[in-house]
Amino acid sequence: MDKFEKLTGIAAPMPLVNIDTDMIIPKQFLKTIKRSGLGVHAFDEMRYLDDGSENPDFVLNKPQYREAQVIVAGDNFGCGSSREHAPWALADFGVKAIVSTSFADIFYNNCFKNGMLPIVMPQEVVDVLMKDAEKGANARMTVDLENQVITTSDGEEFPFEIDPFKKHCLLEGLDDIGLTMEKVGAIDTFEAQAGQSRPWV
Amino acid sequence: MSGKTLYDKIWDAHVVQQDEDGTCLLYIDRHLVHEVTSPQAFEGLRMAGRQVRAPQRTIAVPDHNVPTTAGRDDPAQMPEESRIQVAALDKNAKDFGIHYYPVTDVRQGIVHIVGPEQGWTLPGMTVVCGDSHTATHGAFGALAHGIGTSEVEHVLATQTLIQKKSKNMKVEITGKLRPGVTAKDITLSVIGLTGTGGGTGYVIEYCGEAIRDLSMEGRMTVCNMAIEGGARAGLIAPDETTFEYVKGRPHAPKGAQYEAAVTWWKTLYSDDDAHWDKVVTIKGEEIEPVVTWGTSPEDVLPISAVVPSPEDFTGGKVEAAKRALAYMDLTPGTPLTDIKIDTVFIGSCTNGRIEDLRAAAEILKGKKIKDGMRAMVVPGSGLVRAQAEEEGLAQIFIDAGFEWRLAGCSMCLAMNPDQLAPGERCAATSNRNFEGRQGKGGRTHLVSPAMAAAAAVTGHLTDVRELMDEPVSA
Repeated sequence: MDKFEKLTGIAAPMPLVNIDTDMIIPKQFLKTIKRSGLGVHAFDEMRYLDDGSENPDFVLNKPQYREAQVIVAGDNFGCGSSREHAPWALADFGVKAIVSTSFADIFYNNCFKNGMLPIVMPQEVVDVLMKDAEKGANARMTVDLENQVITTSDGEEFPFEIDPFKKHCLLEGLDDIGLTMEKVGAIDTFEAQAGQSRPWV
Repeated sequence: MSGKTLYDKIWDAHVVQQDEDGTCLLYIDRHLVHEVTSPQAFEGLRMAGRQVRAPQRTIAVPDHNVPTTAGRDDPAQMPEESRIQVAALDKNAKDFGIHYYPVTDVRQGIVHIVGPEQGWTLPGMTVVCGDSHTATHGAFGALAHGIGTSEVEHVLATQTLIQKKSKNMKVEITGKLRPGVTAKDITLSVIGLTGTGGGTGYVIEYCGEAIRDLSMEGRMTVCNMAIEGGARAGLIAPDETTFEYVKGRPHAPKGAQYEAAVTWWKTLYSDDDAHWDKVVTIKGEEIEPVVTWGTSPEDVLPISAVVPSPEDFTGGKVEAAKRALAYMDLTPGTPLTDIKIDTVFIGSCTNGRIEDLRAAAEILKGKKIKDGMRAMVVPGSGLVRAQAEEEGLAQIFIDAGFEWRLAGCSMCLAMNPDQLAPGERCAATSNRNFEGRQGKGGRTHLVSPAMAAAAAVTGHLTDVRELMDEPVSA
């Protein structure tokens, strides 16, 4: 997995609340058996018109946001389906961090498995970051995971919270499965004990 | 020290290892797998040279892509990409030696209906699946939730998940439901009250007299939509209704082992002095048959209400409501019962079980669907379908003008050919009314099976109680 340390990049404002995973990647693109190549379909129904051409009004189609690496979003981003295709599509588009007041649980966890950082901030901070993002390409935001701080284009700093284990894995680009495989002895022991106490399972 | 909640008890029984910061390695008793969210996980295993650690705990069934029309065991019926995805599951199930119900098996169906039906889901278990509606299994008092594909791979390889514990939330539905009000109305009403983010960070336990009175089918409907309320999982403490449902199922314990299991299952309840981080109480008598008007499952109103106006909301919801009203092509102030419907979909892991089909058939008996209406019933599994045929329900649907389909997820998410065309408006018993969910440009109103049947007959959203000959119990 790619490491996430610190990035300075363009932030795109997406103030809509409840942006669901069907919006992020509609079902017709879930038929792939690969993880890659979904970026072109990210936000498909908002991003493209019926004739397949780009919708010029959609934020990520605007010249100043085409290279966005951060999304500043409305409440409850990523609600709905568990499809990891949603973070795959965002990551493939180039998004590395998302800021919102809240994220849906499964989407939130899925981000970390793909080197992407979801950041929860209070409403008043999201409001400031949203305004900063609305300034466009010349206003670059910095997300520093090591120091747990977002810096706006004006130099205003906002600290954020993150689970220490998740932070460690992102900073180091660690593969969860490899980490858990090292605990195989404990899993063996648990299985043996559970087999005794709950043999019907 | 306070007592434990049901969630605490199941969690504690599955912790393999706990780190100082509270991160736990949690053992997974059952892993359900379908064709859409698993191919990349199996590919990951192959690339790393890993095996499935516990194939005997892993159950796979294709459901999202499969056509629901006759003759579907002919692969030519499926579009190329869907065919490849189902074929990949066939191969992965065979290569890794996991339990499998192919399309040709009468037991095939929606993974969340097959699991309980076959006795794979039992009280006190941890159950995961690469699908958000895994919450369904919480109806048995099992800790069940959806996971992403990376976590699917993690469970396949290690039979564990790295987890942090959620908070405890209690949703109590007191008293009795009124006639015409169902489990679907309960679960939608809760989301209408708490919002789609109201459960974020929590595991919900549903309790109270109205919940206790529900059948297992109804309880599954309630827990199924816990995810729509943002919760990691929904739970209902197991009781005699649960034990009775489980007894005799193919993969449930038998004889002395069943008795031993029941003894443990009876300890699975929240202690009186357990700590709750959040409590919501709703009076069962006050719940009405409800519908959704917008594009979020929290956009819930009683059928007697009118389409709301954006000014009825605050914050980011104002813009969201404007967008939803435009997408749904609705005018504020319109009575919900004036909204015309052209499609009715009865099915899904929310409402594709036998009791759902009975409730819809009860309304449809001796009636015809409105001229020009497209109406389909997609049973949740081959066995539900067979039972409905045996009970004469299938004939009621067919006589009324419904299409009687084969089992699958179908128009709930429209990954197979069952889709809405742009502008079509559907009364659906499924779980999501998101933009484009049932087909690009399609408009979805979520309702109970009885309400869906009523809309099919009248051609518009309808208060089912007006079509009930005599009060029936929910």
